[in-house]
Amino acid sequence: MSTATTQPRRTFGQRIEAMPRWVKVAAMVLLALFFYALPVLEPPFISTKGSDFGAVMFSVATYALVALGLNIVVGYAGLLDLGYVGFYAIGAYTVGVLTSEHAHWPFLLVVPIAVVAAMVSGIILGAPTLRVRGDYLAIVTLGFGEIIRLVANNTPWLGEAAGINQIGRPPNVTLFDVPHLDWSTGSPLVDLNDKTTFLKFGISDQIPYYWLALTVVIIVLFADRLIKDSRVGRAWEATREDEDAAELMGVPTFKFKLLAFAMGAFVGGLSGALYASKAAFINPESFVLILSILFVAAVVVGGQGNRWGVIVGAALVAYLPERFRGFEEWRILVFGLALMLLATFRPEGLIPPRRTVRARQMEQEIEALEEGEEL
Amino acid sequence: MNDIVLDVANLTMKFGGLTALDDISFTIKEGEILGLIGPNGAGKTTCFNAITGVYPATSGQILFQGKSIEGAKKYQITKRGIARTFQSIRLFKTMTALENVLVGADANSRTGIISAVLRLPRQRREETAAHERAMQLLRFMGLERKANELAANLSYGDQRRLEIARAMATGPKLLCLDEPAAGFNPAEKQKLMALIRKVRDEGYTVLLIEHDMKLVMGVTDRIVVLEFGRKIAEGAPAEIRDNPAVIAAYLGVDEEDAS
Repeated sequence: MSTATTQPRRTFGQRIEAMPRWVKVAAMVLLALFFYALPVLEPPFISTKGSDFGAVMFSVATYALVALGLNIVVGYAGLLDLGYVGFYAIGAYTVGVLTSEHAHWPFLLVVPIAVVAAMVSGIILGAPTLRVRGDYLAIVTLGFGEIIRLVANNTPWLGEAAGINQIGRPPNVTLFDVPHLDWSTGSPLVDLNDKTTFLKFGISDQIPYYWLALTVVIIVLFADRLIKDSRVGRAWEATREDEDAAELMGVPTFKFKLLAFAMGAFVGGLSGALYASKAAFINPESFVLILSILFVAAVVVGGQGNRWGVIVGAALVAYLPERFRGFEEWRILVFGLALMLLATFRPEGLIPPRRTVRARQMEQEIEALEEGEEL
Repeated sequence: MNDIVLDVANLTMKFGGLTALDDISFTIKEGEILGLIGPNGAGKTTCFNAITGVYPATSGQILFQGKSIEGAKKYQITKRGIARTFQSIRLFKTMTALENVLVGADANSRTGIISAVLRLPRQRREETAAHERAMQLLRFMGLERKANELAANLSYGDQRRLEIARAMATGPKLLCLDEPAAGFNPAEKQKLMALIRKVRDEGYTVLLIEHDMKLVMGVTDRIVVLEFGRKIAEGAPAEIRDNPAVIAAYLGVDEEDAS
């Protein structure tokens, strides 16, 4: 009989779930505060030596944002998008064009325009192509990413290969200075010569940009959760599982796939807009195909369908190469090996969605029963 | 009183050179259980697919509550009130039993992304209503204790019942069940047939595909018999039982049908 007498081992996720609500909220707040403080704390081992830690953390945050957006498309709706960099580029170029190349509008006004532009492009791309499934969609989106880059490369209005520089920044709200910590003596000392001004967006100190990006990540996380736990999230999941059955249960699958595409593009465009402002300079080389691949890698490595998983994946993909700059020549080799190990030992990613874990546990229990093991 | 819910008129379905359905006509009245039976390959499922909009009819007409379903998309037909289950189980495996039923219940919701993000009153109202409806249906099917179990982890019989619950959640007028008892043992089949009668008593009209003759006799009000895409008989169970054409169609295929 399948009534197991022993309690199945509880996973980490289930333990978190079982904690009281206030503990969870407090833990979340502490975690968020820790991440806000991280580039100022500059803890040894974690902070990067070769490159500016603030800049690395910003890049981690934008990758996390991209991964969250792509997770909606790949993880929730099950649509393989290999041209996600296209939306990222559209967000970046909209900001470039409207704050520097052809107009000098304020950054904060341009960001909504940029995300809407990315979203509209997502709908334009999705409307004809979402009728194809699986591999075909992957190829079409792959082409889309390249088309965006080539158009930017060949359109004088978009600066061609030279790109766009002096891209606008968010307004500064200089309130106070935050001193960094110095660990060079082995114990933390407050270093009054190294300060970050709250909030001064500049090229030299990128920590304010990191704070901005982290805030956006947190907002998107909340929105993501609210959407996932609604009719929309269920419709995506049903469509991913069995498109025909979903349609016959009253889900307008095409509409919801398009919505997933638009939402993904929205977040991708937002991330691109932040990137353009921080870098102050963009050109087509900033949006090469390999970025799309890295984005998908972040989602797959982390565990598609799990918002925390893909953030971890994004952090690894963005952070590790910077941390181990000295091994630059070995980067791709190590990356390849890591992917192989992952595919062997954790095929659903580092942190797969809880339901996948549950289904697997059940499978193992059944297997154990079939083998006649004592449970 | 007996209004006609579904009117299938001269329905013909052709796939290339193959005529899967040839000039089929029948009607379903409100509140009845109509059995659609026939040997394997007779065109029962094709008929279902035409009614639920999976394939467009080659010729002929399908009227649902007086209106043609021609040109309507599958999800639109579902929203208009025809729901179905599948011959081979097609649940959303990575979702829980409750979520599966919720997907069906969502057919009556209009919540979009904006009301989801802002948690507008309509979203809350619809979500509560959908949850209540879903739990009610799970109780009806005896699955309430498995609400949070993944669909893939349910037993075969529970999966079959969950499919019916999911279809009922869409709030259909007409419920089409495609061999809901396939793979069941005789005792389970009897139980399911009792359940289907209960479903009808809840106010649904039921179209039931079943190729086990003995079984279908006990539960249906009327029976339509198909063979090789043609309708060979129609009538009350007692009439069908004694119909020589039906007996001929079933002779010799009884062995493999006994599944």
